[in-house]
Amino acid sequence: MAPQAKSGGGNRLERNDRLVRLALLVVAFSAVSVLLVITVFIVGQGTPIMFRYGLKSFLTGSAWYPSEKLFGLWPMIVGSLAVTAGALVIGVPLGLSCAIVLTEFSSKRVRGFIKPIVELLAGIPSVVYGFMGVIILVPFIRETFGGPGLSVLAASVILGIMILPTIISISVDSLQAVPPSYREGSIALGATRWQTVKMVLFPAARSGIIASIILGMGRAVGETMATIMVAGNAAEVPRSLLAPVRTLTSNIALEMSYATGEHREALFATGVVLFVIIMVLNTIANATSAKRRKQP
Amino acid sequence: MSGIAIEVRGFSQYFGEVRKIRALDLDIPRNEILGIIGPARSGKSTFLCALNRLNDLVRGSRHEGAITIDGLDIYGPDVDVVELRRRLGMVFATPVPLPRSIYENVAFGARRAGLRGRDKLDAIVRDCLEKGGLWEEVQDRLQTSGLKLSGGQQQRLCLARILAVKPEYILLDEPTSGLDPISTMKIEDTLRRLKAEYTIILVTNNTKQAARVADRTAFFLNGELIEVGPTAKIFTAPDDQRTDDYLRGRFG
Amino acid sequence: MRRLGPRVEEKAARVGLWALTLITVGVLVFIIFFIMRRGLPVLSLEFLTANPADMGKTGGIFSTIVGTVALTVLAIVIAAPLGVGTAIYLTEYTWGGPVTRVIRFGAECLAGIPSIIFGLFGFILFVTKLKFGWSILSGGLTLAFMLLPTIIRTSEEAIKSVPASYRSVSFSLGSTKWQTVTRVVLPTALPGIVTGVVLSIGRSIGETAATIFTAGSALRMPTSLFSSSRTMSVHFYILAREGISMPNAYGTAAILIIAILGINLLTYFIMNRFIKKYS
Repeated sequence: MAPQAKSGGGNRLERNDRLVRLALLVVAFSAVSVLLVITVFIVGQGTPIMFRYGLKSFLTGSAWYPSEKLFGLWPMIVGSLAVTAGALVIGVPLGLSCAIVLTEFSSKRVRGFIKPIVELLAGIPSVVYGFMGVIILVPFIRETFGGPGLSVLAASVILGIMILPTIISISVDSLQAVPPSYREGSIALGATRWQTVKMVLFPAARSGIIASIILGMGRAVGETMATIMVAGNAAEVPRSLLAPVRTLTSNIALEMSYATGEHREALFATGVVLFVIIMVLNTIANATSAKRRKQP
Repeated sequence: MSGIAIEVRGFSQYFGEVRKIRALDLDIPRNEILGIIGPARSGKSTFLCALNRLNDLVRGSRHEGAITIDGLDIYGPDVDVVELRRRLGMVFATPVPLPRSIYENVAFGARRAGLRGRDKLDAIVRDCLEKGGLWEEVQDRLQTSGLKLSGGQQQRLCLARILAVKPEYILLDEPTSGLDPISTMKIEDTLRRLKAEYTIILVTNNTKQAARVADRTAFFLNGELIEVGPTAKIFTAPDDQRTDDYLRGRFG
Repeated sequence: MRRLGPRVEEKAARVGLWALTLITVGVLVFIIFFIMRRGLPVLSLEFLTANPADMGKTGGIFSTIVGTVALTVLAIVIAAPLGVGTAIYLTEYTWGGPVTRVIRFGAECLAGIPSIIFGLFGFILFVTKLKFGWSILSGGLTLAFMLLPTIIRTSEEAIKSVPASYRSVSFSLGSTKWQTVTRVVLPTALPGIVTGVVLSIGRSIGETAATIFTAGSALRMPTSLFSSSRTMSVHFYILAREGISMPNAYGTAAILIIAILGINLLTYFIMNRFIKKYS
């Protein structure tokens, strides 16, 4: 056999491979570029006014009256925090219970029934949730507890329901990732299923569960339409669970369509604050996930 | 046409800092079956993957020394690796039929060789399945999924698949380790038939298989070639004590 | 405090967990039944094929259906190739070095950004600065960026689950990298990739905050990429919030839920059919 030098065909194939690689690299940077562009725009449009107005007064001022050039964001910051905390109070127990039942306490048939339902829950548009809140939850709160009904409580319940799929699916993944030997070892020692869950599985899956909660937080903080419909949107710090409240997201959505000039800049600045909060939450979530991956 | 087909000189293979093969010198004659035996992790599979440069796909892999196939230094700068891999067909330990029909599995190989046209493909699919000893069993169900075959049949399918690319060498890495005795026997018969047209290198954990099938046998231990020679000699009167110990089951 | 015995604790825990789970399931079932009961009667061929009239008080929702479809198609056409390409690059062409980390970090951050920020961004860039105005073009581009991270993530998972041995086989038969990717890896990963795209379609249908600020809320039938248009979710939102027409609102919501149900069913169908075919 004659020695096989590089044929013309081979050369072409290798060159094609390199071209493909380059093309894909460019494509792959699309996500990064988009992120960069978004960041640049939002930050670019929003930060000037933050510093012109004074960062401290912007973040801690409690008066938001755009017509009088007052841009105090504090009520909305409190609003977002309150509503998110409320969402967690509702969503975490429900979500974790569901996750535990799905992985530990149900047969395959039952699982095949509940899982699609959870996935369906994830697909329902946020406006539908908000609508249900307005039609059913808000009157209920008004009649049972008093107040306008449009409240922190209403928003918390609705958001809590909306973050369920996030918490459930990630927690289920974490629980399923616990090696079967942990379960078997615990049962072999005579523990009941619940004791196994409480003392073995939960600690083992802890980082994943925490990550799911943090991601749920991110989702709740970022939700707009549903909160607009049930939270009342008063730009004041809520005094109780039954008081109306406005979140950072609602702030932007409600006034964007008619805001001009400085007002519009202030809304972008609200976006910047929101952006920062989300980034922080995401980074923490990623860090806890990474810790989970490193776990034995 | 006989003679030395593959020459290995001073070949070492590294993955990062780990050396899997040490200073190997080996001649492999044409149209023979060379059996490679040795305990686990002795570098046998690594050696096979060095021949078709599949090791290059592992990050951090590097080598020293040279391997020459038909006079061509396979690690030379002008070598077309894709073409090289076509010339050395490889059958893996676990049968890996692609998730397609039997026909398409074999045709996949044929299309790699540049074949087009229904008639040509039909002919080569039949030809390769016959050579691989599988034609009779599957001729009337070529469109069923390759994954539905038994283990032994799947392995023969994998063999047929590589024949379709018209290789000159067939590398087999423990091809029958999970198979029942009948399938094993069928594959060994096939290899004996193929020897006339191809040069075959068979890595096996089963020393008896080497004794049955191989013309020459090489014994690897800890990444080194300890001994190589005609099978009969290796099995009855090996030169090296370690070879003898391994064959007698004193370790392994 | 006297500690409960393990048996009692077990029973209590089971009851408690199941109760909470049933509440979760119950909520969804309730929502669906509630909307369907009031919305299904409104649905008719007329409703689906007639345009809204009188601010949506009468008439149907046809123009909103068209708007939704147009936006979704545009978004997918942009996001799917970019997303799948990125996933291919991340899994097949890199080793996990700094480049991979940067790209992945970008995709994950993008995934966490709330829709209102996308709306804001789309408004400033597409509607205002690039002067596309409130249009399907602005909306589609914005939605595409929103869907990108999801498609990247699901495609990556699908490609990663292709067994490594398939690649070894392909290479050992003398294929190039690109041939291996297109002839072996992608076809095997296709069901997973398609599922991810279909789920993204579901997400874009339900998206409101991003579309209302980029595609606007015009009721009439869109005539070009530059027409403003209203999606079904936006229409539903406006009908409900302004109290224009409750029956029509329920009808729109019913269609939305049917669409989501259909999409979820489609993904199950795809996955099951392909899994059956190949194993």
